[in-house]
Amino acid sequence: MRGLDFDYMLGLLPVLLGYVPLTLFMAFVGMVCALVLASALAVERVFRIPVLDVFVRLFISFFRGTPLLVQLFLFYYGLPQVLGFLGNIDGVTATIMGLTLHFSAYMAESIRAAILGVDRSQWEAAQAVGMTQGQMMRQIILPQASRVAAPTLVNYFIDMIKGTSLAFTLGVTELMGATQKEAAGSFLYFEAFLVVAAIYWVMVETLAFAQRHLEVYLNKAHAR
Amino acid sequence: MNKTETIPETGRARGDGITISGLTKSFGTTAVLKDISLDIAQGERVVIIGPSGTGKSTLLRCLNFLDAPDAGVIRIGDMSVDTATAKRADILALRRRTSFVFQNYALFANKTARENITQALKTVQGYSKAEANARADATLRETGLFEKADSYPAALSGGQQQRVGIGRAMALDADLMLFDEPTSALDPEWVGEVLDLMRRVAEKRQTMLIVTHEIQFAREIADRIVFMDEGRIVEQGPPAELLDAPKDPRTQSFLRRVS
Repeated sequence: MRGLDFDYMLGLLPVLLGYVPLTLFMAFVGMVCALVLASALAVERVFRIPVLDVFVRLFISFFRGTPLLVQLFLFYYGLPQVLGFLGNIDGVTATIMGLTLHFSAYMAESIRAAILGVDRSQWEAAQAVGMTQGQMMRQIILPQASRVAAPTLVNYFIDMIKGTSLAFTLGVTELMGATQKEAAGSFLYFEAFLVVAAIYWVMVETLAFAQRHLEVYLNKAHAR
Repeated sequence: MNKTETIPETGRARGDGITISGLTKSFGTTAVLKDISLDIAQGERVVIIGPSGTGKSTLLRCLNFLDAPDAGVIRIGDMSVDTATAKRADILALRRRTSFVFQNYALFANKTARENITQALKTVQGYSKAEANARADATLRETGLFEKADSYPAALSGGQQQRVGIGRAMALDADLMLFDEPTSALDPEWVGEVLDLMRRVAEKRQTMLIVTHEIQFAREIADRIVFMDEGRIVEQGPPAELLDAPKDPRTQSFLRRVS
């Protein structure tokens, strides 16, 4: 048994922190895209548009039913062999695509449940004043559903931040990939991965802190 | 309540009343409305009374397609809709000529009192933000709730919520205002203030179709009372006639039970 090499860890920290922006970039872009896609999927699932509904259900089934890693390999290594124009897709883009599609499938189901949880009187009041379906969804139903779905969606976001580490398997030198390289050079695996674990942990806890403020904001209409 | 404050007139041209003919509606195998025909003159205040479960609320909800009628024609002013073949555009047009006050208030939970009123003015009627806010504030003054403009529904009493609900409908300046048992869900202490506000609406000769169990109130504001039973209009007439000298035994029996 040996003691921890704290000097090495302190020296490694700023090096690894330099990769945090890339990780956050992939997670944020993935989250925004996934939210938009998931909302569209959820609204379709609520209204069950003929024909389209079959494809949406298939989409959700596939992206929930297969591992994220398999999906990433499909996009990055597999698809370019079939679709030539994807030949020069880079690892970061493939990761964002994979995260978006994968998590939108999960988030769609949470958002759908939240939409169906909005009281019937809210739909009827929007209809009675003459709003179109789109106006009703955007201005009345989705904002109320977001309050219910927010905690679950933040959970998926946390999962997504950690999921960016899989980009390393596509040859992207991001936080995880950089740690792997540093550790391979120094042979101090325990120290290196301890530092990267701490970085992920702090990122997620910061997000959890923001979540509490988000929930206060979303609940402001419901305070007595 | 400041009696001098009123919502500005929109100056919109008025049609010549409302005609409902041959309206039917079934839920599954249960016929709820059986061939309902009713004429309402411009500015007339009509109250519908009758036993529970006889289709009074369904009739109101069919008029703006919250429930889709099976058959029948609804004419409001110069617009006529054959309900059996109504398209989405017809339904929107009907909804934009009517306003609806719900039994359970149904205020938008994510909007303040003011926003509840401006919502449809902005998104449906094309008001600018400033125009919509000005109209909402005039409405809130008239309903006596101006100081609650920035409150969310959850922070309002039942009576206040329903007054905002009525204000939301008033601001739309619709050809026909529909009231679906507006005091039935209220604690008794709030009923008075809601009925007072409805009296004010009635004084403006707004065309109103009201379902209520408040017989005294009906006597006071109605030009005509319609008695419904088992999906049909049984009898109708001016309050004094229908309430004091009902002809049909079903009306007589109902009035004995509620008075």
